[in-house]
Amino acid sequence: MPTRLRTPVGPRYEGIASAPTGRRSVLLAAASLGLSFALPALPARAARCRGVERPRSLLVVWLAGGPSQLETFDPHPGAAAGGPTQDISTVIPGVRIAADYRRLAEVLDRFALVRSLVSKEGDHERGQYAVKTGYRPDPNAIHPALGAIAAHELPATGLELPRFIALGEAEFPSRGGYLGNELDPYRVFAPGQKGQNLVPHVEADRQARRLRALDSLTRSFETGRGEAVRRTFHEHTLREALTLMTSEQLAAFDLDGESEAVKGLYGDSDFGRGCLVARRLVEAGVRSVEITLPGFDTHARNFAGHTAQARLLDPALAALVGDLEDRDLLDSTVVLVMGEFGRTPSINPLDGRDHWPHGFSCLLGGAGIAAGQVIGSTDPEGVAKQPADPVEIPDLSATVLAALGIDFAREVATLVGRPMKLSAGTPLARLLCGEA
Amino acid sequence: MTEQRFRRFQLPRWTFPAIAVVVLVALVGAAARDPVAVRRRAQAASSETSRSAGATLSTDATVVAIDRLLAASRLAAGVEAAAAADNLTILRRLWLALAGTIPSLEEIRRFEADTEPGAVDRALATLLSDPRSAEALARRLASPLVGEEKGEFIVFRRDRFTTWLADQIGANRPWDQTVRDMVSARGLWTDTPAVNFITQAAANGVIDADKLAGRVSRVFLGARLDCAQCHDHPFAAWKQGEFEGLAASFAQAKLSPVGVEDDPARVHRIDRTSVAALATAMTGAGRNVPPRVPFGAEWLGSGGTHRENLAAWVIHADNRRFDRAIANRMWSILFGKAWHEPVDDIPDPGPASSPDDLLDLLADDFREHGRDLRRLIGVIAATEAFRFASTHPDLGSAEGAERVTATWGAFPLTRLSPDQMIGAMGATTSLQTIERNSHVLTRTIRFFRETDFLREYGQVVDSQGGSLPATIPQALVQMNGKLAREMVEANVVTATGRIAGMARDDVARLEVAFLVALTRRPASEERELLLPLLTLAETKGRGLEDVMWTLFNCPEFSWNH
Repeated sequence: MPTRLRTPVGPRYEGIASAPTGRRSVLLAAASLGLSFALPALPARAARCRGVERPRSLLVVWLAGGPSQLETFDPHPGAAAGGPTQDISTVIPGVRIAADYRRLAEVLDRFALVRSLVSKEGDHERGQYAVKTGYRPDPNAIHPALGAIAAHELPATGLELPRFIALGEAEFPSRGGYLGNELDPYRVFAPGQKGQNLVPHVEADRQARRLRALDSLTRSFETGRGEAVRRTFHEHTLREALTLMTSEQLAAFDLDGESEAVKGLYGDSDFGRGCLVARRLVEAGVRSVEITLPGFDTHARNFAGHTAQARLLDPALAALVGDLEDRDLLDSTVVLVMGEFGRTPSINPLDGRDHWPHGFSCLLGGAGIAAGQVIGSTDPEGVAKQPADPVEIPDLSATVLAALGIDFAREVATLVGRPMKLSAGTPLARLLCGEA
Repeated sequence: MTEQRFRRFQLPRWTFPAIAVVVLVALVGAAARDPVAVRRRAQAASSETSRSAGATLSTDATVVAIDRLLAASRLAAGVEAAAAADNLTILRRLWLALAGTIPSLEEIRRFEADTEPGAVDRALATLLSDPRSAEALARRLASPLVGEEKGEFIVFRRDRFTTWLADQIGANRPWDQTVRDMVSARGLWTDTPAVNFITQAAANGVIDADKLAGRVSRVFLGARLDCAQCHDHPFAAWKQGEFEGLAASFAQAKLSPVGVEDDPARVHRIDRTSVAALATAMTGAGRNVPPRVPFGAEWLGSGGTHRENLAAWVIHADNRRFDRAIANRMWSILFGKAWHEPVDDIPDPGPASSPDDLLDLLADDFREHGRDLRRLIGVIAATEAFRFASTHPDLGSAEGAERVTATWGAFPLTRLSPDQMIGAMGATTSLQTIERNSHVLTRTIRFFRETDFLREYGQVVDSQGGSLPATIPQALVQMNGKLAREMVEANVVTATGRIAGMARDDVARLEVAFLVALTRRPASEERELLLPLLTLAETKGRGLEDVMWTLFNCPEFSWNH
C-alpha cells in the first residue's frame, strides 16, 4: 500500500509580517545537536559500522561529463586500454589508482571502490538521470535524485537551511521529481559566498513596510477565494524563505571563519571551496549536499584534461574526507563520488576518450559502508565490454539509501497516484557494514 | 599629359566618406526595418474576418452546449455559478494563455479605448492573429511534443522545431496537417524542422521507436499507451502487444547524413533481455514485431512508408481521440488546468459522440471546422466557465472548494509557468509590449535577463500535472533577485521611475502601478492601505518602489486567476 505523499505542513496561515522572529527554539535545537560532538568518540571504523545516533547525511560529489575510470580509479598502465596514465599504490594493499591522485591514495581506505558499474545510458542527460535517480528516464514520471530522497526521508529537526543543497554549476540540476518541487535542491552557483538572493534590497524598516503591505494584499486576494489561495501555499513558502534569509545557520555558507590552512588543504578553486562548504553544511545538519565538478567530458585531449581535473579533485576530496573524519562526521555521512558514465578503453584520433557506460568506477564511503575494498574489474586490454562482477545502477542506489538507513523499497505515490519504489534495486550486502 | 588627364577625373575628397555614409545609412535602414511588417499587413487584411468570428462565438451552438453541460453539472452538485469576471481579468487570462505574458499598460489602454460591446472578443481575435501568440503557443506545445530534455547533440534542433511550429500556428494551418508532417517528414533537422519530432527520440545515435510511440499516443491520442511498454495499462484496455505494434511503425526511421530516412528493410525487433525487469519472461531470443495499431486498423494509410501510413491513421476523421486530445490540451492552456488531468491520459471516448461529454463537444466542433486551432481556442475562451470570476462564496471551506473545483464553478487558480513569469515581469517593467520588432538592444537585454532569471528560478516545466506551490529559491528570486531589483527600482527606464515621474498624483501613481502589475485598479481599501507608502517614504519614487515590490510578490501576481 503506497503511502500518500506528504504535503507541506506547518504554521502556514499566520501572517507574513511576523515571520523572521523567534529563533530561540531553533538555536536551542542546534545547540543540542552540537552537544553530540562532545560525546566520547568511538574508534572510527567501529562507529561507522555501528552507526551513530546522529541523523545521517548524504554527500554526493558529482563528476559531471563522465570521468574516465582509466585516468582516475581504475588505471591500466602498460595495457592496451591504459594510455599514458601511470598508477600509484594506495593505502589499501594491492590497490592502485591513477598517479594524479596522490593525496586520495592516502585516504582511499575510507572508501569502497566499485570498478564495475554498468548503466544503460550513454548520453549525458539520460546518463546523469539514470545514475542520480537509480531509474532510466521515464516519460510518466520524474524520479527524485538520491539527494532529494535523502532530504525527504531523513529527519532535519531545527534546520532552517534547505534540506537539499547543490553547490556549483550543474548542467542538469538534480530534481525533487514526484516528491515535489520543494525537494529540488537549493542551488548555490559560487560556493564560498553566501547563497544568492538572500539579502533584501532595502533596509529593515522599508522591508518591514513592504511585508506589511504584502500581508494586506494577500488578505485582499484571499477574499472570496479563501481555500483556493491557501492551497497555493504562497504565504507558507514566503515565510520559509524569510526565515532562511535571517537564519544564523547561513553562516555555514560563509568561509570567513575558516583558517587559510584549512582552505589551502581543499585548494583554491570553486570546487575546493564547494567541498569545504559542503562539510560545513553537513555539520550544520543539512541532510543532503551535492557538489558538482564539471569538465570531465574529454572527447579530445583526455589525458591533459583529466590531469587538470585531478588537480582540483584530489586535494579537495582528500581534505573533505579527512575533515569529516576529524570532526566525527564521517560516521554519519554517506559520501558518493561518481559521474554519469565512464570513458572508452579505446583512444580516439583526438587523443580523447568517448562515452562508456560499461564498467566505470565510483567511490562510496562513510556511514554504514564497508570501506577499504574493491568490487569488480575491467579488462585491461579493453576487449571485453562487460566488467567482471558488474554492479547495476539501481543496486547502487539501493545500497546508498540502505546505508543512510532509508527504507529503499518503500512505495511512494506520485502526483498521479502511481506507486513507485524509492529504489528498484537490491542493496549490495558486501558494501554494507555488518551484512557482508 | 597623362597626369593632367588623370587629374581632371579626380573625384572630390569627400566622395569616399560620403559613399561610406550612404552605404552605412542604407545598411542601418535595412537592418532596422520592421521584421514583421509584411506579416502584419497580411494580418490587417484578414483581421476583418477574425473580428467577426470573434464577435459571434458566445452564441455559437458549441459554446452554448458547453455552457449548458456545465450548468447541469453545477446544478447536480448544488454549486452556484461564480459571478462574471471583469473584462480586464479576462484580458489578463487571455494574454497569459496565448502570449505567455500579461498585457502591458499600452495594451490595457488600447483595450479600454474600445468601449463597444464585444471588446473581449475583439481583443482575443487580435491576439490570435499576433505572431507573439503563435510563438507562445508553439513554446507551450513544444514541451509535450519534443519534451524538455536537451536531446541528442546536432540531430535535435529544438529552436528550429519551435519556430516551424510557430509558423504553422501563425498561418493557422489545420492541426492535422501539422501533425502529419511531424509523424512522417523526412529530411534534415535544419531544413525540414518537422523531423525534429523524430530526432528528439534519438539516443546514442539511434531513433528510439518506443519513445516516439509513447509521444504519439500521449500527445495525439491522449492515452498513455507507453505504460503498456512494460505491462498492460493499469486502468485502460491497452495491451503490451499494442504498444509494440505502434512502436514498430517507427522502426523504418533512421538517421543518415541526409537526415531522417525510412529504410524499408528495417524491422522492429524486441529483445526482451534488454529490459531487465522482463528478463524472466523470455530469455535469449528476440522477435520481430510488425507495425500494428491498437484500434481502427481500417484508417491506416497504404502505399506509403510505415510512418506515413501511421500519420494517416492518427489524423483520420474517425479517430476521435485525436481531436479530444488537442481539445483537452487547449483547455489546459487556457484554464491552466486540463479538463481531464493528467492532460495526456484521458478516458476512452464512448461508442458515439455524446453531448454530455465536454471533450466530444469540443472535438466535434474542431473537426467540423477543419481542425482550426484558432477556432478551438475561441470556443473555449467564449465559454461561461472561462469568463467566471475566480472568487466564489463556497471557496471559504475545503468541501466547498472541492465542489467548486469539480464543477468548474469558478475560474481555477494556477501558478504561472516560469515562461509566463518572465513574460509578466517583462511587461511590468517596460510599460510597452516587448515583441519581435522591439529595439534589438531591448530584446538582447531581455534575453540575458531571462537566461539569468531562469537559471535561478528553474526552467523546467512540471510535466506531471497539477499546479505546484512555489519553492523557497523561487520566492527568494522574486523578492531579492537581480531582475526583481531592476524591475522595482525607480529610474528613467523602469516602469516605476516613469510612473513616479509622469502620473499627476499619488492616487494616479497607485492606479497605474496596479494596472501594470495586476491588470486591475486598486479597491478603495487597498488604496487606503497603500497610499501612505507613497507619502511616507523620503522621496516619492522610493515609496512607489515599495508598492511595486509588494504587487510583484503577492499571490495575485504569480497565480493566474
